[in-house]
Amino acid sequence: MKILVTAKRVEDPESKIKVKPDGSGIVQEGLKYKINPFDEIGVEEGLRLVAKHQGEVVVVSIGGKEVQEQLRHALAMGAHRAVWVNHTGPLDQLAIAGLLQKVAEKEKPDLVILGKQSIDDDQNQVGQYLAEFLGWGQATFASKVESLESEQEKNKVPAIVVGADGKTVRVIREVDNGLATLECQLPAVVTTDLRLNQPRYASLPGIMKAKSKPIEELTPAKLGVDVTPSIQVLKMSAPPARKAGIKVPDVPALVEKLHNEAKVV
Amino acid sequence: MEFQLTESQRALQETARKYAREVIRPKAAHYDETATFPRDLLSTAWELGLLNMAIPAEYGGVGLSHLEQVIVGEELSWGCAGVATSIIANDLANLPIILHGTEEQKKRLLGHFSERLKFSSFCLTEPEAGSDVASMQTTAVRDGDHYVINGAKCFITNGGQAEQYTVFATVDKAKKHKGITCFVVEGRPKGLTASKHENKMGQRASETVSLTFEDVRVPVANRIGEEGQGFAVAMATLDNSRPLTAMFSVGIARAALEYSMEYASQRKTFGKPIIEHQAIQFMIADMAMNTHAARMLTYESAWLLDEGKRNTLQSSYAKCFAADMAMKVATDAVQVYGGYGYIKDYPVEKLMRDAKLIQVYEGTSQVQRLVIARELFK
Repeated sequence: MKILVTAKRVEDPESKIKVKPDGSGIVQEGLKYKINPFDEIGVEEGLRLVAKHQGEVVVVSIGGKEVQEQLRHALAMGAHRAVWVNHTGPLDQLAIAGLLQKVAEKEKPDLVILGKQSIDDDQNQVGQYLAEFLGWGQATFASKVESLESEQEKNKVPAIVVGADGKTVRVIREVDNGLATLECQLPAVVTTDLRLNQPRYASLPGIMKAKSKPIEELTPAKLGVDVTPSIQVLKMSAPPARKAGIKVPDVPALVEKLHNEAKVV
Repeated sequence: MEFQLTESQRALQETARKYAREVIRPKAAHYDETATFPRDLLSTAWELGLLNMAIPAEYGGVGLSHLEQVIVGEELSWGCAGVATSIIANDLANLPIILHGTEEQKKRLLGHFSERLKFSSFCLTEPEAGSDVASMQTTAVRDGDHYVINGAKCFITNGGQAEQYTVFATVDKAKKHKGITCFVVEGRPKGLTASKHENKMGQRASETVSLTFEDVRVPVANRIGEEGQGFAVAMATLDNSRPLTAMFSVGIARAALEYSMEYASQRKTFGKPIIEHQAIQFMIADMAMNTHAARMLTYESAWLLDEGKRNTLQSSYAKCFAADMAMKVATDAVQVYGGYGYIKDYPVEKLMRDAKLIQVYEGTSQVQRLVIARELFK
């Protein structure tokens, strides 16, 4: 089977994010970047499925030349080839889904796996839009069945199971009050949640091999997608600073403060 | 001139950093305390290709350039210098084969390292001959199509775990360094015995033993280079490995710097975090400045090797400066931590013990200065 996975370039979660004084965005200088952690889980899941069912994993990223670094990361993990949509400038979620739709129509994958959200914009929209645009089924927040019981752990059901006929996929999803299982026709769109898997390392030989794997370059113009944003960011500002807390000497003092000052108990 | 890592260098750094943070760090204190061989950590290192990174790709390794190796080396040592030393012991032992082996020897003696987790040891130092390599006492006597090796080696990293040994022995003591010859001993032959693990001050996660060779037979086909070329082979190996050792100092110093910055921001004296006292700011500024200076010296010495240029002077600059620097920075980190720094529940006293070894192994700081002076007055 062919699996299309995404690799968005995002600020390293360990970087310190600062807002520019003029509120036009965040300070880029000195920041480190990496593949969106949820996308990395998607790459891992794609590789696992392909290991089981044969086929290839194609990774796609949208952005300037710098996103090739994230594509190479996915290639170093084991993805077979990459598609780079070369575009600089702001994009909203509709435009991203529009570009991915065209890539999906070109590649004709059996499954598209995306992260449930990117840790920079925190939108959690692109996978859902993409499924809608393609007219495919969607299963969001794919998760694994967790169990503390060792017996059940052994019989753990993988979260994403492709049917024996290769025409359906069953996905266990993380929902507010637990887990929900659904089945949909292939091709389909799946988005990953944190507990789906533990992504593998890009090994040293993998990194060296990734240098020679192909990256195909596309542009919004070539794909015929108008990416003019329909959403405009007016201003960014830092969250209000919190007042310094206090240390209380003992539990009665804590309860007294919660009761009389904070008025929460 | 370019002072920027390439995309693939950053990727290598990222993998090594992740391995150091997620695999080495959580167990570093345990292996330091117990002084046991960190086989599980090394097994993961092998899976990631970290264990044999210098072996060229055509013989099953990763074939990293020297610059790439030192980039990775800083991260490993940031995790734990003892584990880092265990990891590069394979490359140190394999360098003579990589540098001076025949095509047939490279295929036969390097190829198997990619097939399963396997260790090799570099056996040069002897109880009476460390810095003074020419005083070597271990002998190799030709007997038909074999050599028979007799003697003792000491301070051998991974010596008790290895399944292959790169051994230096003299075929004629009278010839001093011109009698030294390099051999590869395969497996654990009869007559080769390892002592128990030395109880070291630092880098306790790396196994260090003494080895005794009693009538150990080595086929002539396992002689690396010609008879009498061993000294040149050993020196070329150390020229190649010295930047990596220098970078281990940088890894230790960076860890010491980061711990100090974190602690100094939290610990309060006289009503404010100690980082607001100028004396502490100056200490931290010196730590950061010297760590970076050592990193740049090391990058240069590795870059020269990759350019195929002689780096004897620059690699001694790097190794000597970096080792002395790491000792100072680690000691200062203990100072920043005050009384807590002297306690084993805090991470900095280990750095001070680990750093000390770098002033000693692979050429002491005194020998490095000898080399530097000799090069300057050439």
